[in-house]
Amino acid sequence: MKILVAVKRVIDYNVQIRVKEDGSGVHTDNVKMSTNPPDDNAVEESVKLKESGKVKEVVAISIGEDKAQETIRKALAVGADKGIHVKADNYIEPLGIAKILKKIVEKEKPDMVFLGKQAIDDDCNQTGQMLAAMLNWPQATFTSKVNLKEKSVEIVREIDEGLETIEVNLPAVVSCDLRLNEPRFASLPNIMKAKKKPMEQINAKDLGVDLTNRIQQIKVEEPPKRKAGIKVANVAELVSKLKNEAKVL
Amino acid sequence: MAREAMEYDVVIVGAGPAGLTTAIKLKQLDPNLSVCILEKGSEVGAHILSGNVFETKALDELLPNWRNENAPIKTKVSKEKFLFLGKKSSLSWPTWLLPAVQKNHKNYIISLANFCRWLAEQAEKLGVEIFPGFPASEVLYNDDGSVKGVATLDMGLDKDGNKKDTYQEGMELHAKVTVFSEGCRGHLGKQLIKKFSLDEGKNPQQYGIGLKEIWEVSEQQHQEGLVMHTAGWPLDSKTYGGSFIYHAENRQIYLGYVIGLDYQNPYLSPFDEFQRFKTHPAIRKMFEGGKRISFGARALIEGGIQSLPKMYMPGALLIGCDAGTLNMPKIKGSHTAMKSGIVAAEAVVENIKNKADLSIYEKKFKDSWAYKELHAARNVKPSFSWGLILGIIFTGIDQILFRGKLPFTLKHKHADHEALKPAKEMPKIEYPKPDGKLTFDKTSSVYLTGTNHTENQPVHLKLKDPELPIKYTLQKYDEPAQRYCPVGVYEVQKEKFVINSQNCIHCKTCDIKEPSQNITWVCPEGGGGPKYGNM
Repeated sequence: MKILVAVKRVIDYNVQIRVKEDGSGVHTDNVKMSTNPPDDNAVEESVKLKESGKVKEVVAISIGEDKAQETIRKALAVGADKGIHVKADNYIEPLGIAKILKKIVEKEKPDMVFLGKQAIDDDCNQTGQMLAAMLNWPQATFTSKVNLKEKSVEIVREIDEGLETIEVNLPAVVSCDLRLNEPRFASLPNIMKAKKKPMEQINAKDLGVDLTNRIQQIKVEEPPKRKAGIKVANVAELVSKLKNEAKVL
Repeated sequence: MAREAMEYDVVIVGAGPAGLTTAIKLKQLDPNLSVCILEKGSEVGAHILSGNVFETKALDELLPNWRNENAPIKTKVSKEKFLFLGKKSSLSWPTWLLPAVQKNHKNYIISLANFCRWLAEQAEKLGVEIFPGFPASEVLYNDDGSVKGVATLDMGLDKDGNKKDTYQEGMELHAKVTVFSEGCRGHLGKQLIKKFSLDEGKNPQQYGIGLKEIWEVSEQQHQEGLVMHTAGWPLDSKTYGGSFIYHAENRQIYLGYVIGLDYQNPYLSPFDEFQRFKTHPAIRKMFEGGKRISFGARALIEGGIQSLPKMYMPGALLIGCDAGTLNMPKIKGSHTAMKSGIVAAEAVVENIKNKADLSIYEKKFKDSWAYKELHAARNVKPSFSWGLILGIIFTGIDQILFRGKLPFTLKHKHADHEALKPAKEMPKIEYPKPDGKLTFDKTSSVYLTGTNHTENQPVHLKLKDPELPIKYTLQKYDEPAQRYCPVGVYEVQKEKFVINSQNCIHCKTCDIKEPSQNITWVCPEGGGGPKYGNM
């Protein structure tokens, strides 16, 4: 069995995001970048399945500028076998990403595609679903447990009401939740070995898919600053303030 | 079971200007040498913080072609100012009356973090292997007592030291020569200095704490290339320190404050002195309406050659500020650190190829322009122990009339942790409340550093005696850790000493200033600590 796992390079979750003054986006110069956290979980789960013997090969793919290769190398360092870098210098919407992934799936013929449930930069949560629809494959989203069987995979999903267990036939698209596992650290020798693992490079333009963005971004702005709280003396004052000032009662 | 080990010709600890320079020079001298650098930050530059007005002398020697290699060294110093501040007043000191060491017209305003990222690219092009996120946590020794290499920290331990599912044993890196370039108060350098008595016969090392913010201001407030320094208010005349204000590219101003850690009053808070400094009328107007985008802090070396330890030992070298090569009156250390890296590489190659003794490193360093510079600068900092006014007068005579050639050397008498006076003998300091626009509290500041340490891991700030903070330090000094730590790691809550180690930004001030030397900074799990951008 073979897994294709998609990883995205995003601004590190510890970094405070700065919005550009002209509202055209956020600053990315000199900013620490990392793998999108749920993508790390997707890689970890793929590697675990490989270690259990159920999966033979794990291929990591990333789409983006040249530095996306660092993100792929990290996946290789924790156990993926091969990397594919689809070079694209401009922002591509989830629809375009899904189209690219579909092309790669047709070429690589994996039994499953693993990816993070969403990316922490644009929070779209669309790519996995769109890819499944275009491939006409079953999809399992927000996965917190994976039980791989011969021709199907049993999945526990994190949903609002609790946990939902479903079983989907293979091939399938699986999007991963942070609760799925705790990603391992890459060891020094494995980081060095990862430098020698194969990495295929493809130009997004050469895939023959329409990558035109459909969404017009009007403005990016910071969320409004939270006002400092106040202390009230008693319940009566609280009720009065909720009624008269906040107007929520 | 023995840990896994890798063999290199040279292992370098710390990817700052000194370590990266050593790596580049080694590969230039002999491309066949295997060289690796361990870096505790999550990427090169993440733990680098500096002013920085950069003198290119060492870089010109290392990579003479840097101007054509897109080095992030763009903003030439165009104007200089020096202000003495009173509480409300300011006196501009004519620049022609500044000692030559403080003239910057050939220098550049840079982000040292970005410069290190660029140096790392140059090093990698030459085949140097750099491993960010892997702190060297222990020194390894051969049977004959010489340094064998270092080991990286075990990862995936919980706060009690038990192995988590993600546990991964650290590994050993063995080298013919190990080069330590951890920067000021390196935690391995400190152990080596002690073990090999490298500071024997030297004055106690002197330190400062440097705090820095980056501001984005309006075009009217910005004057690219302007370099400005101040002395005086808000510090009293017994406390050594001052500010720097550098107008960098993209309407940014690098603003910072340095305070000598030999200050006496346990109520002093370097962070709050810095915040208060910004409220001076001459300073406030430069930042009003602007936006603070970064914050950070780091200890720096101030001791000069009187405190410079022996820089070599069997199997290893100390370079840059892990030894202490900063030039205090110049307020610069990057060029001297790099020079020490260049001569260290030369010495290492001669050692590996011709079995030359590593002591040639120190000889080469002492023959270099960097050491001559430090020699001429040696009397400035100790003269300020007489107070600001006498310090300035003496420095004028020493630096302008005699150009550092006075036939005597002043001594540093005390280590910084011995300088604090008991709280009851010193006045309390009331700091103004931050306004959230020009001045800030520690909480919002630490947020800007991007620092983080995985929650469930062993505390990396160790107390030799856990009872001491409450039983002794609180009584005698009102527990100054609450104030000298720039990000509020230490708190006293209801007679309990709390260490919020996840907030630590690796500045090392506690390790230096704790009056009983009760706090030891050890390495946290790899990748922890600040995520500085263009600091």
